[in-house]
Amino acid sequence: MKHVADPSVWLMIGTIVVLATAGDVSLAGAMRHIGDFDDIRAHSGMIGAIRAVLKNFRFLFGVLCMALSFFALLFALSWADVSLVAPASAALTFVTNAFAAKWILKENVDRRRWFAAVCVCLGVLLISR
Amino acid sequence: MQSTLTFRRYLVLVAIMLTASFGDTFLSIGMRQIGPVSIHHLSSLLLAMRIPWVLAGVALLMGFFAAYLTALSWADLTFVLPATSFGYVLIALLSKFWLHDPVSLARWAGILLITLGVGFVTRGPSYTPHAPTEPATPVLAGQASAQAEGDLS
Repeated sequence: MKHVADPSVWLMIGTIVVLATAGDVSLAGAMRHIGDFDDIRAHSGMIGAIRAVLKNFRFLFGVLCMALSFFALLFALSWADVSLVAPASAALTFVTNAFAAKWILKENVDRRRWFAAVCVCLGVLLISR
Repeated sequence: MQSTLTFRRYLVLVAIMLTASFGDTFLSIGMRQIGPVSIHHLSSLLLAMRIPWVLAGVALLMGFFAAYLTALSWADLTFVLPATSFGYVLIALLSKFWLHDPVSLARWAGILLITLGVGFVTRGPSYTPHAPTEPATPVLAGQASAQAEGDLS
């Protein structure tokens, strides 16, 4: 079992965070482009809604990144300290997502949201101790 | 920014919390049964799909994914992520009151911080309106333009 001092653990955590952030931002961008899912489903039915989602390239890229992030996490959980990898990658993803949402998705990340992201990030680290 | 949260949308956020928390827990139990996976034998990850805990975890995470996509279609990423992080608190409380695990002071501090963060973000607006772009679904294009005309008038 590898521990906190091993650089390969942090490389693995970095990989998970980058892939998860790319996946989250791509999916959020895709769903924003597609529009309110409830409205599409009400108008075109579930099949039409699924078709609208599956035709979106950003969605497919997001799913690929999320899948790679998922397998990277599974891989990491099998040989690294679970109490380090899971909370560290989850907590760091909150912060990287806030930066990515602000600069890539142009979301209005105000002080309230930064405060929430930092609180949750620290909370996740503490709760996993 | 505007808040467009209805009771049904709050239920979607709760579904995200529950499916993510229990899905991750089930996966963790299942992966412990496999043991360490070497980078030279990644194919052994496929064996994980035969373990019921992993299958149940994957099923829950598929439900999470559907609810997550739905939420992202009407709320910002920086709203959905903190708002649904209460699942971490749920798991800690379950371990305390159901499994009777000891909860340290640090964990209670973590619960307090996450609750604070969730409370902060959910009291604010959920969506950042952007300049209208062409909707991906042609059927809704007419609706969008009609709505835009209505907004201008």
